[in-house]
Amino acid sequence: MPQILFRIWRGDRHGGQFRDYQVEIGEGMVVLDAIHQLQATQAPDLACRWNCKAGKCGSCAAEVNGIPRLMCMTRISDFPPDQPIIVEPMQTFPLIKDLVTDVSWNYQVKQRIAPFRPRPPDAPDGTWRMSQADIDRVQEFRKCIECFLCQDVCHVLRDHHKHEEFIGPRFFVHTAALEMHPLDTENRIAALKRDFHIGYCNITKCCTKVCPEQITITDNAIIPLKERVVDEFYDPVLKLIQLVFRPRRSSSVPAPSSSPHPQSAPTLSSASATTSAPVSPSSP
Amino acid sequence: MASFPLPLQPARSFGQTHRQDRWWLQPLSVLVGLTLFVVYATWAALQGEYYTYGPYLSPFYSPELWGRSEHAWWGPVPSWWPAWLPYSPAILILWAPAGFRLTCYYYRGAYYKAFWADPPNCAVGEPRHGYIGENGWPLRIMNIHRYFLYLAILFIFILAYDALKAYRFADGFGIGVGSLVLTVNVILLAGYTFGCHSLRHLVGGRRDNLRTARWCSGLYRGCSALNRRHMLWAWISLFSVMFADLYVRLCAMGIWKDWRLL
Ligand code: SF4
Ligand code: SF4
Ligand code: FES
Ligand code: FES
Repeated sequence: MPQILFRIWRGDRHGGQFRDYQVEIGEGMVVLDAIHQLQATQAPDLACRWNCKAGKCGSCAAEVNGIPRLMCMTRISDFPPDQPIIVEPMQTFPLIKDLVTDVSWNYQVKQRIAPFRPRPPDAPDGTWRMSQADIDRVQEFRKCIECFLCQDVCHVLRDHHKHEEFIGPRFFVHTAALEMHPLDTENRIAALKRDFHIGYCNITKCCTKVCPEQITITDNAIIPLKERVVDEFYDPVLKLIQLVFRPRRSSSVPAPSSSPHPQSAPTLSSASATTSAPVSPSSP
Repeated sequence: MASFPLPLQPARSFGQTHRQDRWWLQPLSVLVGLTLFVVYATWAALQGEYYTYGPYLSPFYSPELWGRSEHAWWGPVPSWWPAWLPYSPAILILWAPAGFRLTCYYYRGAYYKAFWADPPNCAVGEPRHGYIGENGWPLRIMNIHRYFLYLAILFIFILAYDALKAYRFADGFGIGVGSLVLTVNVILLAGYTFGCHSLRHLVGGRRDNLRTARWCSGLYRGCSALNRRHMLWAWISLFSVMFADLYVRLCAMGIWKDWRLL
């Protein structure tokens, strides 16, 4: 069986180094298979996180030859056989051990974003009606598997370490899914500018390039949100027109902190309702 | 739970990466392409001559507000124009399409990489540690893009009018290669302009309910279709506008001959 040289990062946050391993390659193998083979044969203490091996849990995110990828979806045959394949942990999060990073910062960020707050039910049966056309956009965002590869590649976090100020592409996708939802009444635009610093994004589209779910993060989530920020803060003409003719949104929407989210706020999964299907607040 | 500051590994130094592909090729191509365009456009705009040939008017000079050709809207160079300042009709108007492209979301991302290495390319180390991005001045000015869009739409109508006029020769209706060049140019420019992210937002993207506004929904879908290839439209329209000027210029200089097809 042919062998390929793997150069794998071994170490923790106090230090480490790349170590070389020869791996026997079979047909159709992915990088995660090679890691598992190493754990079984040469390096039983090699740490890596994985779960589904089907590109759906987002656990096996790492950097392969410098590019953030899911190890379980990266075929070894895509690389030249005569060169080493370099595998290292994501750079944007604190390292725990070898290929495993601590991504809990992302969960903290998510808690800062005001959750879904639907308008009162307006259908006779006490639910809502939505059209498929209106939820097409947010359905794209709901494909996210929270692998955080986009967070890893984003230079605002990766190179400039703006974790305290910038929420990163994953959470712009999340905010867009909420903000563009036809039932949602919360206003997150001011927070996007002042607290989440969407202005740090300089539209490099690196997040879009690495997303394993092919979510068009920059064009469909971030830029539309930037445009909503422009509506609110940088377009005096539009503001004037809105003032004279038709205020688009009520500014009296209570801030997330002051709003007791009604009952148990329905989850965003209501968005998967098909055309004109009733949506119930408690149905997923 | 993570607590700040996060114990992160130090950021990589300039150009440092484990990427094995030719990551420098894309920013280098953007650098060369945009530099070529800016140098040519500046040179052509400052010439002030050879911008018309028969019914053709170079897109760099349209609209010709004041000027010597029969395309001028308001007659010859105004008397208040300082004598010591060389006059070219292009410098009065080129700031608008230039501002449109400069603030375009696609170009921003591309030239931040190519000219400012911020980042040089995805997952490649940067030269500077400090970072403001578009979060503060001066780059916050990029939010002005939609105002340039309004001007750019106006320019599309003007260039479409020029393209129509390019079929009206001294001896009546005709088709020259130049007529086709100017027509294709305005189509490509329209493809770029009508796929603008700001336009996509303004015609429908800003609404959460598109179903209730049917015409918004149609416009939004059309705009989104163009927007999906915005980068491609941006580049082909950039080169077509440069070529259209070059074509008119070389014909006017007598270097190229404009073939009449009809
Ligand atoms: S487009 Fe914006 S959010 Fe995405 S990687 Fe680039 S800077 Fe980060
Ligand atoms: S948006 Fe894409 S890259 Fe980012 S976390 Fe979700 S699936 Fe991963
Ligand atoms: S193991 Fe689940 S995405 Fe790779
Ligand atoms: S975003 Fe490119 S022209 Fe507006």
